[in-house]
Amino acid sequence: MSDSTSDDVAAAPVARPPSTLERLSNRGFTGATRVLTWGVVVLAGYIVWEIGGHALPAIREYGVGFLTGTEWNPNRGEFGILPQIWGTVYSSLLALLMAGFVGLTIAIFLTQGFLPRSLETTFRYIVELLAAVPSVVYGLWGIHVVIPMLRPVADWLHAELSWIPFFSTTLSGPGMFPAALVLAIMILPTVAAVSQDALRAVPHKMKEAVYGIGATRWEAIVKVIVPAAATSIFGAMVLGLGRALGETMALAMLVGNSNQITLSLFSPANTLAAALALNFPEAGRIEAQALMYSAVVLLAITLIVNVIGAAIVTRAAKRLEA
Amino acid sequence: MRQIHKLLLFLLACGAVASCGGPGEQMRLTGSGASFPYPIYSTWFKNYSRASDGVIIDYQAKGSGAGIRDFINRTVDFAGSDAAMTDEEMAEVDGGVILLPITAGEIVVAYNLPGISTPLRLPRAVYPDIFLARITRWNDPAIAAANPGIDLPDLPITVVRRADSSGTTYVFSKHLAAISASWRDGPGVGKTVVWADTDKIVAAPKNDGVTATIKQTPGAIGYIEHGYAKFADVPMAALENRQGVFVVPGSGGGRAALQSAELPDDMRVWVTDPDTADAYPIVTYTWLLVRREHGDSGKAQALVDLLEYCLTEGQQIAEDMGYVPLPVHVVTRVRAALAAIR
Repeated sequence: MSDSTSDDVAAAPVARPPSTLERLSNRGFTGATRVLTWGVVVLAGYIVWEIGGHALPAIREYGVGFLTGTEWNPNRGEFGILPQIWGTVYSSLLALLMAGFVGLTIAIFLTQGFLPRSLETTFRYIVELLAAVPSVVYGLWGIHVVIPMLRPVADWLHAELSWIPFFSTTLSGPGMFPAALVLAIMILPTVAAVSQDALRAVPHKMKEAVYGIGATRWEAIVKVIVPAAATSIFGAMVLGLGRALGETMALAMLVGNSNQITLSLFSPANTLAAALALNFPEAGRIEAQALMYSAVVLLAITLIVNVIGAAIVTRAAKRLEA
Repeated sequence: MRQIHKLLLFLLACGAVASCGGPGEQMRLTGSGASFPYPIYSTWFKNYSRASDGVIIDYQAKGSGAGIRDFINRTVDFAGSDAAMTDEEMAEVDGGVILLPITAGEIVVAYNLPGISTPLRLPRAVYPDIFLARITRWNDPAIAAANPGIDLPDLPITVVRRADSSGTTYVFSKHLAAISASWRDGPGVGKTVVWADTDKIVAAPKNDGVTATIKQTPGAIGYIEHGYAKFADVPMAALENRQGVFVVPGSGGGRAALQSAELPDDMRVWVTDPDTADAYPIVTYTWLLVRREHGDSGKAQALVDLLEYCLTEGQQIAEDMGYVPLPVHVVTRVRAALAAIR
């Protein structure tokens, strides 16, 4: 800062020591932010502790066998969640495959100067609006629009290509594929938004250099810009996966809630979140504990995925800065 | 100054009168439980609220199990349950509990067969096998034999069941276990049962979820409460009863089935397989649970008045809403039981 500015400030009437009131309100504000921030951390910890506490009897009783069992029978006290784990992971990966491809394409389209600036912003908002649609609305849309639309396609695929394990069964209405498709639309905003940030963060100098050596736009995007942002884009995918794993209501309505482990896209399946939502209201004491155990498993899966995703994004950001 | 004093005194007096429970006081009763009778409960409670002065009734349809738990924890004044209460649950209620059958409903087998308008007839030997996934195509000879003149399509049968634990599944599985040994030894009876392991059995949440899935899936069949099928306009099968007669739901067959069952002292009765010629085979009562000693005499009286209304005027709208009105002898018994509420 130059001397003249500090002189101006000194001359101005604002340059006085803060009053007691100002100091107090300042301290109060910092205190409040600190308390609230720690409050969130404590709350998260409390939730984990509480769920874990309720799950403890079931964890003791069923142990690791719970993760590999395939039967869920509250009448006989047999609980296993392998089909639910399979369904959760399979549906999320399928959704990610679709949302990843479309999301990245959207991100490229909206960041690489294909559109005037104002249109880019409009499109960006529209994609982000998808995140504002309630889960149950997606579920209803899935039942009444997506499934009837998919039926002829699924029937044809099954009739012609039933030797491929993905098409080995007919679509009986709710099932893995409609669920994954709707899930893909639900996580699209996350994937598209984070990928756009990643592509925007690619240094301008790098782009100029690529075009300077005579690369076409296609070459520049595919060979330089996307690879430069690859780590962040991968992070976007992992964050999208994290969202897909925990999605509940739309899946409960679309996935068919049947404990099947199969590669077939048209077969009904089950997911952890859907099973939790549907079984809790009427669960007895023992079943409630088993459900708490499934909640712990789901929590662990999502936590791991999200931590990995966040770590990748942070590392990529650091690398680009350097 | 003096005037202000007078005003304050007056206000205080008003407050005291209001809190003592004067005639204009607003009474609020809360309940929770079964979703199966929710449509008729909400109509009853709304009508009663309008007719009485200022009694407000909140009922949350969160499921029989949750209702029973709320009731035991004393967070509600009454609860609704399709599965009555078990002896262990009844023992947990301090002050004692009275189970009152308040309305009844038929569980229908609804299906989606494009192009077929006459109601399908399903024999007793056939429909358990459909739900066991032993009969897997609509043009199966066993179905065709019972439906001469109907051109059944060559479609796979998709069974739609409840994904959540429910009283509807309990009643349905209890009936199937009564008429089919393979069902009894296989899935058995429960609010959730383990279904055959096939991709042709899908599950949807709640009565409305099952209804929507049936409507959207050609070749689907499922079990739902009669009212839901009636309002969604889904075709329902005529089921063969114990006497070998095919009865369509909603035709007075429900009332005949209820007439055939003797009501025990605790009023927990299951009509698993009625034995009269005009009875519809799958009918169940649904219960309201109230405390024998409520503790709050005002609320207890309001509850008795409400139940009185449900048993008299309330029964008249049951038929229109897809439920089965209680037989006269049951109404008499339930009214007698109301006297025990304090």
